[in-house]
Amino acid sequence: MTSSEYEHSVRLDVSRCTGCTNCLRRCPTEAIRIHDGHAVINDARCIDCGECIRACDNKAKKAVVGKLDRMELYRYKIALPAPSLYGQFDNLDDVDYVLDGLLRIGFDDVFEVSKAAELVSAYTRLYLKTEGVKTPIISSACPVIVRLIALRFPSLNDNVMHMLPPMEVAAKLARKRAKEKHPTLKDEDIGVFFISPCPAKSSYVKNGFADYKSQVDEVVSMSDVYFALISKMTRDDEIVSMTESGMVGIGWASSGGEATALFNDEYLAADGIENVINVLEQIENGNIPPVKFIELDACTGGCVGGVLTVQNPFIAKTRLQTLRRYLPVSKNFLGPDEQEYIPDMYLFNELPEYKPITRLSDSMVESMRMMADIQKLRATLPGIDCGACGAPTCRALAEDVVRGKAHLEDCKIRTNPNK
Amino acid sequence: MSEALVFHFDVDGDNFTSAGQASTQVKKNLRQLGLSPAIIRRVSIAMYEGEINMVIHANGGTADVYVTEDHIDIVLADQGPGIENVEQAMQEGFSTATDSIRSLGFGAGMGLPNMKRYTDSLDIDTVVGEGTTITMRVNLA
Repeated sequence: MTSSEYEHSVRLDVSRCTGCTNCLRRCPTEAIRIHDGHAVINDARCIDCGECIRACDNKAKKAVVGKLDRMELYRYKIALPAPSLYGQFDNLDDVDYVLDGLLRIGFDDVFEVSKAAELVSAYTRLYLKTEGVKTPIISSACPVIVRLIALRFPSLNDNVMHMLPPMEVAAKLARKRAKEKHPTLKDEDIGVFFISPCPAKSSYVKNGFADYKSQVDEVVSMSDVYFALISKMTRDDEIVSMTESGMVGIGWASSGGEATALFNDEYLAADGIENVINVLEQIENGNIPPVKFIELDACTGGCVGGVLTVQNPFIAKTRLQTLRRYLPVSKNFLGPDEQEYIPDMYLFNELPEYKPITRLSDSMVESMRMMADIQKLRATLPGIDCGACGAPTCRALAEDVVRGKAHLEDCKIRTNPNK
Repeated sequence: MSEALVFHFDVDGDNFTSAGQASTQVKKNLRQLGLSPAIIRRVSIAMYEGEINMVIHANGGTADVYVTEDHIDIVLADQGPGIENVEQAMQEGFSTATDSIRSLGFGAGMGLPNMKRYTDSLDIDTVVGEGTTITMRVNLA
């Protein structure tokens, strides 16, 4: 698959776009340009981080994810709530009210992603002890990070852990459980719905990791599910307890949760896309302390900061702390015979291949000539990075001109020096 | 193409927080030229270490990167105090950095050794009291 064929979940609604420059400069990969009065996203560069969705005042940038009415398509529907969902509700003192609510809105079963997360944490502890793994090990849980590394930090590709994210493990275990409970169910009868805090999870489900195909069928927005839930959720005591998550599993919703679950203080956890990029640069420069594990979350605060959530990430995090307070550390353990190796169902083989997306030309000589032209051109531009030309910086405009994708006259300041 | 492509940077000695910016920019540029990740990593580490050295010891200087089809040369020039004993400076773990620099996590004595390790040649031209020019080469072939 080439990167241009990557199916994105962050899209533009042209009719709402006013061509303002808010998203232009917030995009961490310079994937956006303004052309003909509206934004254009370069698919090859987009990492689905959702920064442009946050930046857009006109709601022109949106996450394209599945709707709950897709439930009609399946005989047996399983909800996979991400732990960040639990942080969305006010005065929630028990996760079970949410799980019960999911059954009330029509799901046949609920499989907590936080349960799978506890298993992933247990196997990650094992992974850390594996001989020959390249350290620091970088978590593969955030799909934005995996794509960012593949596109921009290729020298770190071998550091990415080949462990499937908890969502994927949850999907596999949920299917297995469904078939055990209902032996007549066929694969196509089962619909696995991930309740997602972010559009990147949807892109991951559509595209997989290189040759790996996701077991999740539908990715639905956490805010959609939130609004469906609040009218159906009860706060009575008369509900059956279903939750199988402890502190570790729920902790995965916020930054540092995955790393602290390793019970090993040699880790680094960073969140927010700009911080993450900076940390990756530093790792490439060999300028970080000797840590074993690196957790990177594209969203500020971790998954609770995803663009499909309802609540402010810091408020959600505090609510999760309250929920976790009286829980056991973990409710999922590996048996004595499971301590030896990591089963294949937790692993993937191939990471996405490195694509030199920013390269100017296939020929080095030609690239060097173009780079020299860019430098010359850049020197003639005003250098105020105003964005009025439709490129995020003067440097980017110079590059676009040399690539034949823009005109020097697009620079409003240069063309009208007196205005 | 006979002429080398040049990237020039002024490394600001007053602003410690900006140290590392030139190597980050060079990394981006080299990626655009389509160089392999392994080469880019070597150049950026060597340059990063040199940049930090100039900020710590010499109050800044200039960094010039010359790219040709065959090799990349990194020339770091400063008007700092110079290096009194080059052989000693090349030893791993040797550093003259102050405690305040060490408290920031730098000054581990790995700068020059890393610059040598990640490049194909390293040349140090230094005069005590006048300054230092370091030339490093990474071959592309």
